[in-house]
Amino acid sequence: MLKFLSRRRNWSIPYVIFLAVFVVMPLVLVLVYAFQSESGGFSFANFSKFINQPEAANTFIYSIGIALITTIISLALGYPAAYILSRMRPARARVVVMLFILPMWINVLVRTLATVALFDFLTLPLGEGALIFGMVYNFLPFMIYPIYNVLQKMDPSLIEAAEDLGATPRQVFRHVVFPLSMPGIVSGVMMVFMPTISTFAIAELLTMNNIKLFGTTIQENINNGMWHYGAALSLIMLVIIGITTLFGDQSAEDAANDGGLL
Amino acid sequence: MVESGNIIEIKNITKHFPDKVVLDDVSLSVRRGEFLTILGPSGCGKTTLLRLLAGFNSASSGEISIDGKAMTETPPHLRPVNTVFQRYALFPNYNVYDNIAFGLKLQKVDKKEIEQRVKRALKMVGMTDYEHRDVQSLSGGQQQRVAIARAIVNRPKVLLLDEPLAALDLKMRKDMQIELKEMHRTLGITFVYVTHDQEEALTLSDTIVVMNEGKIQQIGSPTDIYNEPCNSFVADFIGESNILNATMVRDRLVRFMNREFECIDEGFGENVEVDVVVRPEDVYIIRNAEAAMFHGVVRSSIFKGVHYEMLVETPDGYEIQIQDYNSFDVGSEVGMMIKPADIHVMRKERTENHVEGVMVDSTHVSLLGETFECKEVEGVSAGDKVDVAFDFGAVELTDDADDGTSWGTIRFILYKGDRYHLTVRTDEGENIYVDTHDVWEDLDEVGIKLSPEALRITPHKG
Repeated sequence: MLKFLSRRRNWSIPYVIFLAVFVVMPLVLVLVYAFQSESGGFSFANFSKFINQPEAANTFIYSIGIALITTIISLALGYPAAYILSRMRPARARVVVMLFILPMWINVLVRTLATVALFDFLTLPLGEGALIFGMVYNFLPFMIYPIYNVLQKMDPSLIEAAEDLGATPRQVFRHVVFPLSMPGIVSGVMMVFMPTISTFAIAELLTMNNIKLFGTTIQENINNGMWHYGAALSLIMLVIIGITTLFGDQSAEDAANDGGLL
Repeated sequence: MVESGNIIEIKNITKHFPDKVVLDDVSLSVRRGEFLTILGPSGCGKTTLLRLLAGFNSASSGEISIDGKAMTETPPHLRPVNTVFQRYALFPNYNVYDNIAFGLKLQKVDKKEIEQRVKRALKMVGMTDYEHRDVQSLSGGQQQRVAIARAIVNRPKVLLLDEPLAALDLKMRKDMQIELKEMHRTLGITFVYVTHDQEEALTLSDTIVVMNEGKIQQIGSPTDIYNEPCNSFVADFIGESNILNATMVRDRLVRFMNREFECIDEGFGENVEVDVVVRPEDVYIIRNAEAAMFHGVVRSSIFKGVHYEMLVETPDGYEIQIQDYNSFDVGSEVGMMIKPADIHVMRKERTENHVEGVMVDSTHVSLLGETFECKEVEGVSAGDKVDVAFDFGAVELTDDADDGTSWGTIRFILYKGDRYHLTVRTDEGENIYVDTHDVWEDLDEVGIKLSPEALRITPHKG
C-alpha cells in the first residue's frame, strides 16, 4: 500500500476516474446520442431536423446575436474601466477591482431575480433590453479582470518610449497599449461570449420566458425527453464554442504575450 | 544653425515627491555636441533629472529650455530629444524594423526614406540583417543596440541615455562603451548619459556632473573631477582615495597624520580645518623605513592583476591605502612618501553639526524630534527657537532600542584613515554627521545619544 502511495503517478488516479466519469463519458454519450435516431440506429436525422426546422436554427442564430451584442457592450464598457483601473495607484485599484468582483460572490440566480425586482420597481419592461442588461451586468467582471490584468502588468517604460518617439497620447494607445492588451481582450471576449451562448436562466427570468435562447431550447428538449435531439443541439453548440476557442488561442499566440487568463 | 553655445539650460529646478525632495535647486548647462554624464549613487536624483529633460515628469519649480525653446511644461512627444531606456523598452508587438521605424512613421516620413534610415541606423549599431527578427528573441546587448538605433534614427537634438549598459555583463559593457563613444563622435549630437558607474563616466564623458542627495556636487572634465575633487563625497565616489582630516597650517603647508606635509595648495587661510585626498597610486612605498617621510606596517596586500593593493597602518593608527607594482610582505615595516603635488586639499563641507531646536525648559531642548537634556542656557526662555551646535565626535550611536533618544538611518560612510565619518538621516529627515571608530553598515538603524555637555545652544538667528 505504502509502495503504491509513494509512486507519484498513482496519485493522479482519483482525478483520472473523475475526468472519465464526469467529463469524458458524458461527452461520449452526447456524441453517441446525437448520432442516434429515436429508434436507436445511427443517423443524421437530428442534424437534418435542426437544419430543416427553422425554429431551433433561428433560436441558435438569435442566441449568437445576443451573445455578440453582450460581448461588444461588455468590451466597450469593460476596456475603459480596466484602463482607468490600471492607471490608479495599486492599493486603490485593488479595492475597486474587489468592488467589481464582489457581486460574483452572490449566486447568479439571486442576482438575476434582484435585477427583475429592480426592473419592476423602476417600472421598466422586461424583454430583450432587460435580457442584454442582465447579461452585461453578469458577465462584465469577466471582461474587466483579464484586460486589467494585462494592462496593469504592462511596462510603463513602453508607454514612455512611445511618447518619447513622438506619439501623441492617442497614438500611444493605438500603436502600443491596445495591441499589447490583445491577450487580455481575447480572454475577456471568450469568457463573456462562451457562457452567454449557453445561458438560459437569465433569459427565462428577465424576459418572463418570452425570449428563447439556444440554452433554453436544449434544456426544454431534454426536459421533454428528446434526448437525441437535445444531444445534437448541445454538440452543435460545443463545436461553435470550440471553434471560437481555437480562434482565440491563435490570436492570443499571435499577440505573443502572456498575462491573459486563457 | 548655431554650432556653438548651450543646447540645454536647466535653471533652479526643484522636484518634490510627496515624501521627499529629489532635486534641490539644480542648475546646469549642456554645451551643444558634448557628452555629458550625470553621475551619482542611486537615489541621488540623476534619473529624475533625465526624466525631466525627456518630459516624463514635470518639475515642481524651475525652468528647462532645450535648443533655445522653453520646454518646462512641453509633453515628451513634442521635445527634440530621444531616450534610451535602461531596460530597453522595445515594443514586443513589433519586429526590429518596425521598432526602429516607429518614430519615423509617426512623422509621416516617406516610406523609401524610412527604409534607408532604418538600414543606416542598424548598420551604425552593428545589427545589419536583423530587421525581421522578433525583438524578444534578441540578447540583452542586441536589444539595447536596437533601442539605441530606434532613438538615433529620429536624429534628435539630444540623446538621453538612462543607465543603458547597467543590465549588460562586464565584457559587453566595455565593448558598448567604446561603440557609444564612437557613435557620439560620428553623429555629432549631444549625449546626456546617466550612470552610477564612475569608471564608465570617466571613460565616456567630456563633462561629468557629480550629484548627491538631489544637489550637484561638482561639474568638470573627467581629469578635473579625478584630480581636483571639490569635496570628500566626490573624492570618495570617484576612484579609490585616502581621505583624511587635516589642518592647513599656512599656504603650502598642511598637517595630517600628526605631521606636516608640503603641498601646493594656497588660499585656505591659516590653521583652517580641511580634508586632504591622496590617491592610492600617489603614495610611494619603499622598503627602507628610515629614509622615508613616514613609516608603517603592511596590514594586507591583494594582487589586482597589474598592481598590488595594500593597506599600511602607521604607528599613530592611521590606515593608508596604497597601490604599487611591487609586492610588500604583510607584517613588514615600510616607508612612505607623498609628493607635494599629489596632496589635494579640499575645503571642509562642515566642521560641526548645526540643527534647529526649541527650548522646552531651562535645561531641556527639543531637537531631531526628541527632547534632550542640556546645560542651563542664559537669555532664552521655554518655547524659544534656538540654534544647536555639536561636534561630530560628541554624538554617540547605539543599536539598543531603549538606549537612544532619537533615531536615524546611516546613509553614507566615509573612511578617514583612522575614523569613520557617517551621515545619519534622522527619522525627521535631517542629516547629522558623526565621527566614530565603531564599524557600522550602510542603512543600519541607529539610536542617537547626545550628552548635555556637548550641546552648544545659542538664540536662533533670523
